[in-house]
Amino acid sequence: MNGLHDMGGMMGFGPIEREAHEPVFHADWERRMFALVSAVGYAVPFNDDHLRREIERTPPAEYLTSTYYELWYRALVSVLEERRAVSREELAGARPRPLPPSVQIGPALAAGKVVAAIAAGASARRDARVPPRFTVGDRVRARDLNPAGHTRLPRYVRGRPGVITRDHGVFSFNDSNARGDGEQPQHVHAVCFAMRDLWGPAASAGDHLYLDLWDDHLEPA
Amino acid sequence: MSEHGHPRRGLTDIELKVRALEAILTEKGLVDPRALDAIVEQYETRIGPRNGAAVVARAWTDSAYKARLMSDATAAIAELGYRGLQGENMVVVENTATVHNLVVCTLCSCYPWPVLGLPPVWYKSAPYRSRAVIDPRGVLKEFGIDLSVTTDVRVWDSNAELRYMVLPMRPRGTEGLGAEKLAALVTRDGMIGTASV
Repeated sequence: MNGLHDMGGMMGFGPIEREAHEPVFHADWERRMFALVSAVGYAVPFNDDHLRREIERTPPAEYLTSTYYELWYRALVSVLEERRAVSREELAGARPRPLPPSVQIGPALAAGKVVAAIAAGASARRDARVPPRFTVGDRVRARDLNPAGHTRLPRYVRGRPGVITRDHGVFSFNDSNARGDGEQPQHVHAVCFAMRDLWGPAASAGDHLYLDLWDDHLEPA
Repeated sequence: MSEHGHPRRGLTDIELKVRALEAILTEKGLVDPRALDAIVEQYETRIGPRNGAAVVARAWTDSAYKARLMSDATAAIAELGYRGLQGENMVVVENTATVHNLVVCTLCSCYPWPVLGLPPVWYKSAPYRSRAVIDPRGVLKEFGIDLSVTTDVRVWDSNAELRYMVLPMRPRGTEGLGAEKLAALVTRDGMIGTASV
């Protein structure tokens, strides 16, 4: 969706504020929030695409004034409500009710399995044999798509010409997965855009932007 | 409220909410609080930019390793024991005398966790995400890097499923140093591209 999260190229947010000797977390609730998001997906069916979709649905004013882990809280609660794993009433203090059947897909992640789970990761790479629609060196154009749901196609490249510089292989397609239309595995390519094609003649002639896009984001130029 | 934004008594709203959520999910058997402790422990003590610094130092001192790192970063990084969540598919990009790389995620916060740990707040902030793609030279200047016109900038907007790490240039005058001492010179920002090393 064309939300506030799609920030590339916006102006007016001020200087980049850095913190010397920044801790990994700034408060204990941030530790718990990060760990909850990391762990609950082993027991309840949801993934990063669903979480991102919910983060991006945050009303713009709230998005800008929330901290990172506040956005995570909001998004995780939305996903868990949708999955019927928690309810507003329970969050407001009502006694937790038993889970409806089929909500839970596996046991809670055990402490002894955490290191292995982190090391195993959750790659979106897929073995599916899908022919690539483009090859390295092809001149392409980012399609002018404006989906209402989650997309990894930022606004600032839509309609702009680029060149395929690398084929990363076949990956699950987040845009379709986030809206519940399945993984639709397809090739992801590194696409090189000249900064002048994105931002006009004021950009340096030798500067480039690289972005990984799925086949469905691209058309021949 | 106190000067730090906390109520004088008890917990803030978000602290109460997260505590309640954890209690509900625990009671329902969907999370184990000891697993949450273990996850936090990993990211506070084991998974951070020292990992990436070891990769960089190895690449500086072992040309065969560097070649593997540039052609299959995921496998080369795994050789040193770093792998997994948010680093399942890695790409390493090399700074040279004529190319400077900068990594950003304009849509959110994508970041190579196994080698750099969790991202700093500024990396996830609106000022960095908005400007890194339209004014990378201005952003770099803010970080103290004043690039000459003869150096080209490559910005990597890592929104998709690949995660990027910058291989900085080895500093001059470090020819005699071993991998361990070299690793100590490498900073987190150097591997994002907002510092020279």
